[in-house]
Amino acid sequence: MSIVDSLRIALTALRANMLRSILTTLGIIIGVGSVIVMVAVGSGARSEVDRQIASLGSNMLVVFPGASRVGGRSGGAGSRLPLSERDMQAIREKTTGVVAVSGMLQGSGPVVRGNMNWSTNFVGVHDQYNVVRDWPVINGREFTPNETRTAARVALLGTTVVEKLFGTSEPVGQTIRVKNVPFQVVGVLESKGQNSFGRDQDDVVMLPMSAARGRIVGRSQVINDSVGTIYVKFAPDVSLTEAQEQMESLLRQRRRIKAGSEDDFNVRNLSEFLRARASALTTMGWLLGATSAISLIVGGIGIMNIMLVSVTERTREIGLRMAVGGRRRDILLQFLVEAVALCMLGGVIGVIIGVSAAAVVAMSAQWPILIAPDAILMALAAAALTGIVFGFFPARRAAHLNPIDALRSE
Amino acid sequence: MDIPVEHREATTGERGSPTLIEARRISKVYSVGEQTVRALDDVSLTIALGEFVAIMGPSGSGKSTMMNLIGALDVPSTGTMELDRRNIAEMSSDALANLRNRTIGFVFQQFNLLPRTTALRQVMLPLMYAIPKPHDAEERARRCLQQVGLADRMDHYPRQLSGGQQQRVAIARALVNSPKLLLADEPTGALDSKTSEEIMALFCQLNAEGITVVVVTHEHDVAEYAKRRVQFRDGNIVEDLQQPGYLGRAAE
Ligand SMILES: Nc1ncnc2c1ncn2[C@@H]1O[C@H](COP(=O)(O)OP(=O)(O)O)[C@@H](O)[C@H]1O
Ligand SMILES: [Mg+2]
Repeated sequence: MSIVDSLRIALTALRANMLRSILTTLGIIIGVGSVIVMVAVGSGARSEVDRQIASLGSNMLVVFPGASRVGGRSGGAGSRLPLSERDMQAIREKTTGVVAVSGMLQGSGPVVRGNMNWSTNFVGVHDQYNVVRDWPVINGREFTPNETRTAARVALLGTTVVEKLFGTSEPVGQTIRVKNVPFQVVGVLESKGQNSFGRDQDDVVMLPMSAARGRIVGRSQVINDSVGTIYVKFAPDVSLTEAQEQMESLLRQRRRIKAGSEDDFNVRNLSEFLRARASALTTMGWLLGATSAISLIVGGIGIMNIMLVSVTERTREIGLRMAVGGRRRDILLQFLVEAVALCMLGGVIGVIIGVSAAAVVAMSAQWPILIAPDAILMALAAAALTGIVFGFFPARRAAHLNPIDALRSE
Repeated sequence: MDIPVEHREATTGERGSPTLIEARRISKVYSVGEQTVRALDDVSLTIALGEFVAIMGPSGSGKSTMMNLIGALDVPSTGTMELDRRNIAEMSSDALANLRNRTIGFVFQQFNLLPRTTALRQVMLPLMYAIPKPHDAEERARRCLQQVGLADRMDHYPRQLSGGQQQRVAIARALVNSPKLLLADEPTGALDSKTSEEIMALFCQLNAEGITVVVVTHEHDVAEYAKRRVQFRDGNIVEDLQQPGYLGRAAE
């Protein structure tokens, strides 16, 4: 008997016991569903982390002022020596493999255009900031080195600010006001979306470092030539670990920190930090994977149980099939096909539930919904394999019935 | 009541026709717990191609046991059963399945139709197991259903058919692979007398067309149709008669 004919018989048998069939496949539904969710959540989280790392800027180290122990520090803000233009200059000149360097001062406040008003984040940056952060201008141009030096009144806008102040009209060439000082918009930044803490990175106005100093951050808080935080981008072949050591000893030397005492700055590799978070998500994925494996095994035992019931119920039918010429392998195949069809039924329901659950998780975590077709195929293959493994014993039992005993059974 | 071996030869009908069934001194012993039941006790029976044999006898006399052995559904405890000149004890399970598929058509008292399956599909079933599967399976099944008078019931399910109609479906199923031998174990046991007569008339017609028919029955008027009557009692053949004026001739 052909597979197609066997499948027809299997579907007839499953339809006759529709409710029983679906209840039986519950374990398979859960197993397949959690495989789908596991893979989707895993790859969604990974792609989100990759996106965040990319939006941070690649192959980059960040120097923060102050000691690395952020909490419980008793020195007070006054003892904190800011990072200066000269520190930045030294890093650029004395560290190997530096591609671009920029400081970044942060502040917030209102930005005005005509009678429109929007409260946003300001950053004061050097002209290479766009390179360091892999954050290109999509409309207009970047700052020139000269503009950074001369405190030119120019600005780059993030897309959120553009939307709030300009709607659909062209912002480049227009004037905005920051603390009553007019700045000319020279470019619009590419959209970066949210950062790893859920903040909208496009809600930003970029100003040249020297123009921003004392304007977005009060002059009293800004000591002479402070640059805030320093972002350093390295060539792709540079080892960040070595670069970090080199920068640390350079800054200790410059800032005259004695051997044995604590640094008053710290150099961080932010991608490492994000990767560590991603690996926690991977662990969660493995747990889900174990759940689905156990569900498939439990589901498989359920399938085996119901197939044994089915063989018992249909003993006479089996006898008849043998009496009209069914061979053992035909009977075996028929019940195997039925077990696999049952598992595939559970598999398809599981895929539907899993995809929906993954979509809900992705939406609430604001990840892209990533449901790989090969994950679905893999889950269905696992279901089919469960059917073959756990359907084999009942099918073999059916195939080895004696035709006469089978026909005589009630 | 032992039947001498010569008796068997004297009553073998259709002299000159090739032998289809040759049972030589077969016994069938069942053990139920401590007890053993001797369902057949040293029975010999020869049936030639083209015969119409009625097997009679009281309940429990071994008729069904004999039919199952003839139908290659079971093997004897001792003795040899040859079907189409092949010893069934020496055949593999696949070869037996093939033999049941090609050479034998079985009709049961309980019809044994599949539930939730149309008449047409029931009749196609043996062809599904045939190797190679015939490409005109459906066409052949339709023809057999026509032959048993169910041309207008092809798509009906068993529960939509009367007992007589269900048995006709079962007969069509037994015929679909053009077997040499039609075995029927009390085929009219669950039917009323008028329907029984129709079924028996159908068997006569099939026998006239050349199929060997062996039918187990209790009713003497059913047995009237057969050319030969074999009487069982307590696992033995006690009588084996060639009927002089059998009704089956009317169908020829
Ligand atoms: N599978 C079996 N197990 C035990 N005893 C059986 C079995 N099949 C038949 N018998 C016994 O064999 C004897 C003959 O049975 P059977 O051939 O069915 O008789 P009949 O068909 O003539 O009524 C009976 O006594 C019956 O109980
Ligand atoms: Mg019987």
